[in-house]
Amino acid sequence: MDLKSNTPTGPIEKRWQNHKFQLQLVNPANRRKYKIIVVGTGLAGASAGATLADLGYNVLSFCYQDSPRRAHSIAAQGGINAAKNYQGDGDSVFRLFYETIKGGDFRARESNVYRLAEISVDIIDQCVALGVPFAREYGGLLANRSFGGTQVSRTFYARGQTGQQLLLAAYSALSRMIAAGKVQMRPRCEMIDLIVVDGRARGIVTRDLVTGKLEAHLGDAVILATGGYGNVFYLSTNAKGCNASAIWRAHRRGAGFANPCFTQIHPTSIPQAGEYQSKLTLMSESLRNDGRIWVPRKPEDCTKDPRSIPERDRYYYLEEKYPKFGNLMPRDIASRQAKFVCDQGLGVGPEIDGVRRGVYLDFTDAIKRDGVEVIREKYGNLFDMYERITGENPYEVPMRIYPATHYTMGGLWVDYNLMSNISGLFVAGEANFSDHGANRLGASALMQGLADGFFILPYTVADYLARNGPSKGVDENHPAVRSAIKEAEARINQFIEVGQKGTHTVDYFHRKLGMILWNECGMTRNEKGLRKALEEIPKLHEEFRAKVKIVGGGETLNRELEKALRVDDFFELGVLMCLDALERDESCGCHFREEHQTKPDPNVPGSYGGECVRDDERFAHVAVWEWKGEGKFARHVEPLNFEYVKLEQRKY
Amino acid sequence: MGETIDLKLHVWRQSGPNAPGRFEDYTHYAKAIPTHASFLEFLDIVNERLILAGIEPIAFDHDCREGICGMCGVVINGRPHGPRKATTTCQLHMRHFRNGEEIWVEPWRAKAFPIVKDLIVDRSAFDRIIQAGGYITARVGSAPDANAILIPKQVAEEAMDAAACIGCGACVAACPNGSASLFVAAKLGHFNSLPQGKPELDRRVLGMVTQHEKEGFGGCSNHYLCEAACPKEISVKWIAKMNRDFIRASLRYAPPVERKEGYG
Ligand SMILES: Cc1cc2nc3c(=O)[nH]c(=O)nc-3n(C[C@H](O)[C@H](O)[C@H](O)COP(=O)(O)OP(=O)(O)OC[C@H]3O[C@@H](n4cnc5c(N)ncnc54)[C@H](O)[C@@H]3O)c2cc1C
Ligand code: FES
Repeated sequence: MDLKSNTPTGPIEKRWQNHKFQLQLVNPANRRKYKIIVVGTGLAGASAGATLADLGYNVLSFCYQDSPRRAHSIAAQGGINAAKNYQGDGDSVFRLFYETIKGGDFRARESNVYRLAEISVDIIDQCVALGVPFAREYGGLLANRSFGGTQVSRTFYARGQTGQQLLLAAYSALSRMIAAGKVQMRPRCEMIDLIVVDGRARGIVTRDLVTGKLEAHLGDAVILATGGYGNVFYLSTNAKGCNASAIWRAHRRGAGFANPCFTQIHPTSIPQAGEYQSKLTLMSESLRNDGRIWVPRKPEDCTKDPRSIPERDRYYYLEEKYPKFGNLMPRDIASRQAKFVCDQGLGVGPEIDGVRRGVYLDFTDAIKRDGVEVIREKYGNLFDMYERITGENPYEVPMRIYPATHYTMGGLWVDYNLMSNISGLFVAGEANFSDHGANRLGASALMQGLADGFFILPYTVADYLARNGPSKGVDENHPAVRSAIKEAEARINQFIEVGQKGTHTVDYFHRKLGMILWNECGMTRNEKGLRKALEEIPKLHEEFRAKVKIVGGGETLNRELEKALRVDDFFELGVLMCLDALERDESCGCHFREEHQTKPDPNVPGSYGGECVRDDERFAHVAVWEWKGEGKFARHVEPLNFEYVKLEQRKY
Repeated sequence: MGETIDLKLHVWRQSGPNAPGRFEDYTHYAKAIPTHASFLEFLDIVNERLILAGIEPIAFDHDCREGICGMCGVVINGRPHGPRKATTTCQLHMRHFRNGEEIWVEPWRAKAFPIVKDLIVDRSAFDRIIQAGGYITARVGSAPDANAILIPKQVAEEAMDAAACIGCGACVAACPNGSASLFVAAKLGHFNSLPQGKPELDRRVLGMVTQHEKEGFGGCSNHYLCEAACPKEISVKWIAKMNRDFIRASLRYAPPVERKEGYG
């Protein structure tokens, strides 16, 4: 597998500028001769499609929702980072770069991350120009907040709806290009395979979700911006339709899959209420600024009214274990600690599968200190949302929270140009692995999606087209195209046929798969558990293929069939995640291997240990997996070199 | 595991845009529903039972299930998104229904929203309205520094109030005329309030309002049921503003004439 990262060398602050200068351009008059396929209309896909079309290329754009405006970027609440230093509080491109690398526990490429930090400032300019109503100060300047425990205020936001406003801006730019005839939009149309001819990505196979029609679409380059694969866990903060199918099918056609086991668990989501539950809802992390996290010290108190539990019987475990940062510990640590106390039998809320998965997030002290009105002003909409979902009033009863799968740092491997190892196949946004290492900092995914789409792909795709020219000799009758369609057809027919006699629904299997992954490849992992999962998942997958129940045919709108195709891919991905977690015999960021953690230090009072121990000698690299036929994979590595950042252990 | 209720459930089934539709009685499948479940999870449970009984599941649109993507939306007992104020269908929970309550579920009904299947409608008219002017033209690379334009906090907040629209279409379903005035006015209100949106204001209003008519949405006759149904509580004041801007634009707007510069 050819893993040339094409990262430039030289002074880091000049790399992107120099690289851009070396990229080839396409003459304006020639751009209309090219067709670019963009799958996905989230921040990454919509911004890429709109920008390429504005430059004069023809764009063919896809999403599975009924409108491009509904991509899951819309759900991001907190905000978007940029190194503007508008607050004059010591921020800089270099600081954002440094913190992103460190936050990712030194498992990302320096050149990529520096570029991201550099571009961040242009993103805010572009978004304001497009009409994003960011929060303002009284004087009319842009407001910022500090997010996720950073010491500078660099996060731009639009109430609790930052993702929505950014996505609607990208969508409006895309709409302008649809009106101009430069973008052809295909909503309710799902990519189910990639077409590769002579090592080049030449198109995709899609299923029209209304008519069930299978189609091949051909182009000169393909961009996948299909979001994350967190739904592999069944319960996650992702939208129900989020899937891995586009990147997974590309992987099966030869694209390397990087760091699949790097999945982020967010500490503050509303806990699961019952087995029928279909998704988890995130509560903004900002709540941890004022809320205090605790569980009862005694298991027998776990079912009592929390208000009746006296102070001395409450275990403020983050404050006790990490006095310096307390409730504001980084996401991964806060999440793991919640799991630990719940597994010890101290969790609260409904018992599901024998465990109460919930901890209190208590605002009583904050309300006493600041008054109800101040708290309402800050968090009112979040409290309302909590009440709507749980039926409990958080002004009176402490909230219950629990970690949830939230983001996937892993994804298709890409080089500095965001091109995968398949020539002409570009991958952007959460779908690629590029910038966040083993752990993503808050408010940096929105930034990455827009950096990729607005500011990077327009240059790097042009370079690819300039070097390779329009694709010739591939039409609907090309054998590779026909066989891709045939394979898709056969796969669908298989499901329809089995489905008639099946005994269990798709969700039944998906929940089971999710449970295995959550237990063995979730917040903590160990060799024994991973090996167990590697045995269980393929078995369950077989059972799924033999016993799944699907009513209705393939030539119509059939949601169960859609789900079955996605879950089929999740099964294979689940295996690869466990394999990757097993092979990465170290702990880093989100990837916590129980075998590799710090021990309590007897000389340091209050030292609890339990933190990641990296192994930089053996694992300062990207793990890139190659598909070797049904259930078989080969592991390759791309070494990571650090010239500007010193590798250190995170300490709290 | 918490309380459950039994419901008398009637759901609109229609296999395609031109097929006849009817209410089906699914009371048999709507028993023992946990009150903590959301309305869509209730439909999930019913669907799971239908599937195992060999009946095609009820098709409905949904995605984020957290009230922001705008994809979900059904009429519940005559009210778009059901009985709760400021709540999308996906955020409505079963604790707001009584044991034994009768529930009628049907799709958005409007001329401009043809039915696709069961509870799913085609809202692409909304996208075409946005394409007719719901944007600010700003090429990548051309933007000035974000703080170069000062925008008073109040103005930014107002624009944000309008921009909160999720494009679900409940306003249309609630309106006796099947008008999408609130949707159009909200988008116009967002862009037209901001200094960046001013240069294209006239063109935008004319384009979007004209497209609204072309799509077959009705006119606004001030029933204001849209505001009551809107899960984001968008104010009808934006409709008044849209009407003012439309009249002004109709009087003064002349499309710019492309003048070719001579080089001689
Ligand atoms: C609840 C929540 C809150 C978040 N909050 C923040 C935050 O505050 N700040 C931050 O920086 N990040 C946040 N994130 C992360 C961030 O929102 C996402 O990582 C980012 O928006 C992903 O953008 P994207 O363009 O890569 O993908 P998406 O927005 O997910 O878009 C994916 C697109 O691909 C399409 N698609 C997918 N599969 C297919 C297929 N097979 N065929 C055709 N089309 C397909 C979809 O239709 C969609 O258009 C949050 C995430 C969640 C879930
Ligand atoms: S499913 Fe997204 S708003 Fe209801």
